[in-house]
Amino acid sequence: MEIFLQQLVNGLVVGSVYALVALGYTMVYGILGLINFAHGDLVMVGAMVALQTMLFLMGAAPGMSPLTMLTLSLAVAIPVCMMLGYTMERLAYRRLRNAPRLAPLITAIGMSFLLQTIAMILWGRNYHTFPQLVSTAPLQPVAGVFVTPIQVTIVVGSALIMAALIVLVTKTRLGRAMRATAENHRVAALMGVDTNLIIALTFVIGAALAAVAGVMYASNYGIAHYGMGFMPGLKAFTAAVLGGIGNLGGAMLGGIVLGLVESFGAGYIEHMTFGLLNSSYQDIFAFIILGLVLIFRPTGLLGERVSDRA
Amino acid sequence: MNTDPPNPPSPLLRLDGVQIAYSGIQAVKGIDLQLHRGERVSLIGANGAGKTTTLNAIAGLLPLARGEILYDGDRIGQLPAHKRLRRGIALVPEGRGIFTRLTVEENLRMGAYSRRDAAGIEADLERVYTMLPRIKERLAQVAGTLSGGEQQMLAIGRALLSRPKLLLLDEPSMGLAPLIVEKIFEVLRSVGNEGVTILLVEQNANLALEFSQRAYVMESGRITLSGSGPELLTDPKVRTAYLGEIDAVGERG
Repeated sequence: MEIFLQQLVNGLVVGSVYALVALGYTMVYGILGLINFAHGDLVMVGAMVALQTMLFLMGAAPGMSPLTMLTLSLAVAIPVCMMLGYTMERLAYRRLRNAPRLAPLITAIGMSFLLQTIAMILWGRNYHTFPQLVSTAPLQPVAGVFVTPIQVTIVVGSALIMAALIVLVTKTRLGRAMRATAENHRVAALMGVDTNLIIALTFVIGAALAAVAGVMYASNYGIAHYGMGFMPGLKAFTAAVLGGIGNLGGAMLGGIVLGLVESFGAGYIEHMTFGLLNSSYQDIFAFIILGLVLIFRPTGLLGERVSDRA
Repeated sequence: MNTDPPNPPSPLLRLDGVQIAYSGIQAVKGIDLQLHRGERVSLIGANGAGKTTTLNAIAGLLPLARGEILYDGDRIGQLPAHKRLRRGIALVPEGRGIFTRLTVEENLRMGAYSRRDAAGIEADLERVYTMLPRIKERLAQVAGTLSGGEQQMLAIGRALLSRPKLLLLDEPSMGLAPLIVEKIFEVLRSVGNEGVTILLVEQNANLALEFSQRAYVMESGRITLSGSGPELLTDPKVRTAYLGEIDAVGERG
């Protein structure tokens, strides 16, 4: 029972981060039909920029409270990622709007390599210790089950962000324009919507979520690295497909479900394989799920139809 | 800005030598066309004559290869579609262009996207509801669940919410039962009577000519005939070519 509850907690934490990243994938897919494979690397950029900010603040203002430091580092990392998201769209993807669908896809992969290489040049190939500004001292709400304040912060923080995003998309004029543009660019333009602006904003919002996810991810593990965006990026993509790509609720659900499956998988894999595999094989679960979804339910859990737009 | 002499009044819309190329094909090969304020004009012709292409170019969805579009005295040929809407040009596109995943009310509010006068929007919504009572019963419904006729009504209502000066309509009768078509044209007539200038593209030439004061006939990218509605209705060439009267004039066509 303790293992079950412990893995439930762990799964919710990782799942929340996947969900935040998956939203960026799914929003861009919904509006452009593009899988922006560089999105995962924005997670890394968010973490690295936050790390750099923290290191600077530790030197410049040694007495600063951890909470202020965390807030300030987010206040730097989020806009940097937003600008990066905007730049990617403006310089690369916009020019390929009417190109065959393979062209933007390959460009996205190239963009991912570009971001990783630049990060490697800037921050080196080594793993960096990421300051854990929110306490990681475990609490025991139930005997034998450990929950850390950073885990609580991650779950609550992502839940709030996701709730805000739902309100933005379903209740506001901007959200309505985003959904209209996702359904039909031409008709949205006929309504007076500057569709280029809406598409750019979609990238920018997704990038902001990725920046937050990057800081959460690095804070949880206490490590940052130029290649750290790859795995969560791939997992989040899987989560978006699992939930139904293009569907916001699906990305959230897919992220949480994937986090839980992975976590329970890691917890029980030794029993399941009679000791043959241990929890370091937990990554296989995401890809087994991706395979199964693509074979048996390519529309995902909440998706109605797979769009065939380029 | 407007320095034109009051007499004769400057047209609201003028196309000068407009050419439009569309995926490599010269779809419109140089047309001139004018709409005066408050006029109801239609553009008729066979499939592929370039009518839809012309409307899309006026709305800003297609670039001009040559020529210029003058609207309210200004050149708008280079303006993107969303800015033309803000200047008062609304297009009800071919196939209606309803946002099927948005609710009926959200569709209508998209029509008012460029407006900031909340009170005016609410008042115009009420006017659309009175004009189209069937729409009012379905506000919370996802628009994709509406019937074809209701979708066409919604598309027209949505276009009106932008408070257009010029309303472009692309085949509003397409695929609809005669009774519903009649209802739609009744609505369009009352819109025209309120002073909105209308340019109508129709396959159904009879319907179009009865509706409009003037009409242009398009054939393979050119305007080949123009005149008042009643004139064209009795023109032997139009009757044979577009009104389905096969043998009315023998060799003349």
